[in-house]
Amino acid sequence: MNFDPRFSGRKFASVGTRPIRPDGVDKVTGRARYGADFNMAGQLVGRVLRSPHAHAIIRKIDTSKAEALSGVKAVITAADLPDLTDGDAAMYDILDNCMARTKALYDGHAVAAVAAIDARTARQALKLIEVDYEVLPHVTDVDEAMAHHAPLINDTIFTEGLEQKPAKASNVTKRSQFGHGDVHQGFGAADFIVERSFKTEQTHQGYIEPHACVANVSTDGTADLWVCTQGHFVYRQHCAQLLGMEASKLRVTSSEIGGGFGGKTHVWAEPVALALSRKAGRPVKLVMTRDEVFRASGPTSATSIDVKIGARKDGTITAAEATLRYSAGPYAGSWAEIGAMTAFACYKLDNVKTVGYEVLVNRPKTAAYRAPSAPMAAFAVESAVDELAKEIGIDPVEFRIRNAAQEGTRSSYGPVYGPIGIGPTLEAVKNHAHMKAPLKANQGRGMACGFWFNFGGQTCVDLNIGMDGSVSLAVGTVDVGGSRASLSLVAAEELGIDYTQLKAVVADTSSLGYNDMTDGSRGTFSSSMATISAARNAIKILRERAAQMWDISVDDVVWEQGHAVAKGEKHGNLGKLSLKEIAAKSGTTGGPIAGHSELVADGAGVSFATHICDVEVDPETGSTRVIRYTVVQDAGKAVHPTYVEGQYQGGAAQGIGWALNEEYIYGKDGRLQNAGFLDYRIPVCSDLPMIDTQILEIPNPNHPYGVRGVGETSIVPPLAAIANAVSNAAGVRMTHIPMSPPRILAAIEAEREG
Amino acid sequence: MRYIRPLSIEDAVGQLAGSAGPAAILAGGSDLLVRMKGGFVEPELIIDIKGITGLSEIRATADGFSIGAAVPCAVLGENAALKKAWPGVVEAAKLIGSKQVQGRCTIVGNLCNASPAADSVPALVAAGARAVVVGPSGKRTIAVETVPTAPGRTSLAKGEIIEAILLGSQAPRSADAYLRFIPRTEMDIAVVSAGVNLTLDEAGVVTAARVAIGAAAPTVLLVEEAAEALIGRKLDEAALERLAKICSGACRPIDDKRGTIEFRRKVAGVLARRAAQTAYARAGGK
Repeated sequence: MNFDPRFSGRKFASVGTRPIRPDGVDKVTGRARYGADFNMAGQLVGRVLRSPHAHAIIRKIDTSKAEALSGVKAVITAADLPDLTDGDAAMYDILDNCMARTKALYDGHAVAAVAAIDARTARQALKLIEVDYEVLPHVTDVDEAMAHHAPLINDTIFTEGLEQKPAKASNVTKRSQFGHGDVHQGFGAADFIVERSFKTEQTHQGYIEPHACVANVSTDGTADLWVCTQGHFVYRQHCAQLLGMEASKLRVTSSEIGGGFGGKTHVWAEPVALALSRKAGRPVKLVMTRDEVFRASGPTSATSIDVKIGARKDGTITAAEATLRYSAGPYAGSWAEIGAMTAFACYKLDNVKTVGYEVLVNRPKTAAYRAPSAPMAAFAVESAVDELAKEIGIDPVEFRIRNAAQEGTRSSYGPVYGPIGIGPTLEAVKNHAHMKAPLKANQGRGMACGFWFNFGGQTCVDLNIGMDGSVSLAVGTVDVGGSRASLSLVAAEELGIDYTQLKAVVADTSSLGYNDMTDGSRGTFSSSMATISAARNAIKILRERAAQMWDISVDDVVWEQGHAVAKGEKHGNLGKLSLKEIAAKSGTTGGPIAGHSELVADGAGVSFATHICDVEVDPETGSTRVIRYTVVQDAGKAVHPTYVEGQYQGGAAQGIGWALNEEYIYGKDGRLQNAGFLDYRIPVCSDLPMIDTQILEIPNPNHPYGVRGVGETSIVPPLAAIANAVSNAAGVRMTHIPMSPPRILAAIEAEREG
Repeated sequence: MRYIRPLSIEDAVGQLAGSAGPAAILAGGSDLLVRMKGGFVEPELIIDIKGITGLSEIRATADGFSIGAAVPCAVLGENAALKKAWPGVVEAAKLIGSKQVQGRCTIVGNLCNASPAADSVPALVAAGARAVVVGPSGKRTIAVETVPTAPGRTSLAKGEIIEAILLGSQAPRSADAYLRFIPRTEMDIAVVSAGVNLTLDEAGVVTAARVAIGAAAPTVLLVEEAAEALIGRKLDEAALERLAKICSGACRPIDDKRGTIEFRRKVAGVLARRAAQTAYARAGGK
């Protein structure tokens, strides 16, 4: 294929424009089909029975009464999902999470499921299932779970990553460490040191669409699954493996997606729906309620983080150190590890050390949430950086500029950076009108930086040219943030045609090669690379067909602005041929014209952002209003700037909710107290100011157009930016997220009382 | 489950009194339907009262206003006379849920749901509102603060339905105000709240007052001592401080997912003071 992914610095005709979104009309008129909008004749209603206990041995499950109820077509327990994971520990955890095998590990853990003719019968059937639990002591707090006396969640876990295997099992599954230099020596050279501890509570992605799927298993062993997911190819693999199917026999079709943010990267309900359908012999639709989404999908980690940073009087950081403890739910994860990698990634440091601990708790299994693990680490680090700047007496933006990582800097997590955007975002913030706007009484301003790796990965695209010259693009990365529009722009750019001549669809798993899921901000980065490659392959065929039509050598045909052009003096009299003209003749010049591409998109450029936030805090109630918010972020190249701005705003909006009010609240009984949007408070529209955005474009050298992922970085700085703003407004350093009114008021009162 | 839509209050009362299993009154349904969907209640009989003549009207009476049990809260905000006389009651009713919910929900429903955090109830209590109760043995009129007895419980006997809420006509130089604390700007439930109704003399001295606190005890509190702290005084800083202190002291809150004991105590006083200032200004006090 000889595809050259290097940045070429070309001029753009389509890329960078703002056409209306192709999925817009269907979404605003209700025609778009989301997970729960698929239906099949004879379909049953699936419902899941969940543990009310945070930690309990399942002694016995008696399903006989439920099975006897008229209208019930199948009842399943873990016995109907036998362990086929063959020693794959991660897959076993997924299996156990889908349906508890011997122990219920959190409030909401699935223990059985039914398929019945209607919802009422299914609900009745759940009440008839008798589960004999032996309730065990539980632990839901990340620090308490690390204590020696803590109830042990899994007695086969011995902390990995220590020099010696520990003698005792514990709730700490892994220790990881990053950094370079000698922090001890670095702190010795510091004139000022700030050392603080921080906590963040567990939050949920809060996607509006609950998990939903329809499973249809045929007696011949093939199956179909319609599902709301960020990665239908990954769902196919996982479901096939858990159910003992060949992957190609399971066709998975992804629906439109009402938000995922990392939360729809794991299977929960889907293997259960397939197992129910297999047993019942009929299609089964399984839709989670909001209560189930909160209790039993995958929220982010709760954390406890210690940070220590030292600097000289001149504002040079001499050493930085952090210990990060992240809750993983009841199964092993790598969340603290990611936090430990990202914590100091914005800075150029000679001496840096981060240590992460993965901690098991009796809460639902942690899943990715938009730049997973980075926002909490950034909150702790950027709060300490702000405080340190204050102590030294340097402007916080200036302090960060002085210590910002640059091209050639060895990052705190290892790799050496190429061209990066942290410095430019800081300069842009320094010069932004927002930084100079006056503040009123009880108002405060804060700013903070954030980093995210971004990801590339396996990608496959088909580009088909119809005989009428219109182009269909089949991609395998689920469109969570406007990628169908962006990819159409990219194909239009390459082919030299108008955007409206294209239609992009997300193909099902039987129609296209494997694609990694839409995560790691990879959708537009990787699929645009594959689209460029596919378009170039199609252009090669278009040139061949034109050469054939002209009866000249293909070497004399070039592709320019949507046309085949014959080159050289001897062909000077040949008029150019449009894509449409070539397509119209394709039936007689060799058949359909298509371009295909499969590749591993390497070199996703790292991404940086700096945010500015103004808040007003009511000192009598602790109530906080965000009154102004600005996002400055490097996009590499904004393919569809409106979508990029939307990503910037969306990350900031979610960060505002996380910073101020969102949190999982557990009772002493280990049960989730606020499994609904009434008491799990995501921001409503009137809570948010217009979020201002500024796109910087520092090209990614590893993408033909310079594209970097943009979806995740925007949620990394908000916790810290808002915490810095609130701390400035309230006159007291806030160290616990969310900064809910009771926490702010208590901090103000404590400060007042000295 | 049986759904009926009677056309007279007598029929509704008869059906309710004669029901064997759990029965529920349906007006806007913004509490009932949510609770049914969540599986918290499974009524065998649902009596929709929206078809009953007169229940969907706000009537001007000789003494003030009669607000029918099926009048949606949004309609309160469209009644100019009511808004002028009882701005606090109307602003409380217009804080419930969201715009869409306000198009359905009713103040009688809010009262009978018996949540200590109900938005309209502290305002109604401060306004001295009365409830017209119709039951198998006839009609009676009771103070609204006597309706809720505990979270989710009311003093209504079997077969009794609240037909209307009565509000008096405001005396000259009188006004009410309601404030609640929520962490967000809307679509939320009061963490703590305060309703204040004041009457002033020509010199701006408070001659009558009623102060109610919500979400700070099992039922909405009518804080008579707080009212006494205001009567006979202009709304000076000392009076406001005393009001705040008494209101904070009167609270019997709990720690829960929505707030802490300390927070509710402190903010109850803050809101009472602010609501009193608003009511005072509305009544023409300077």
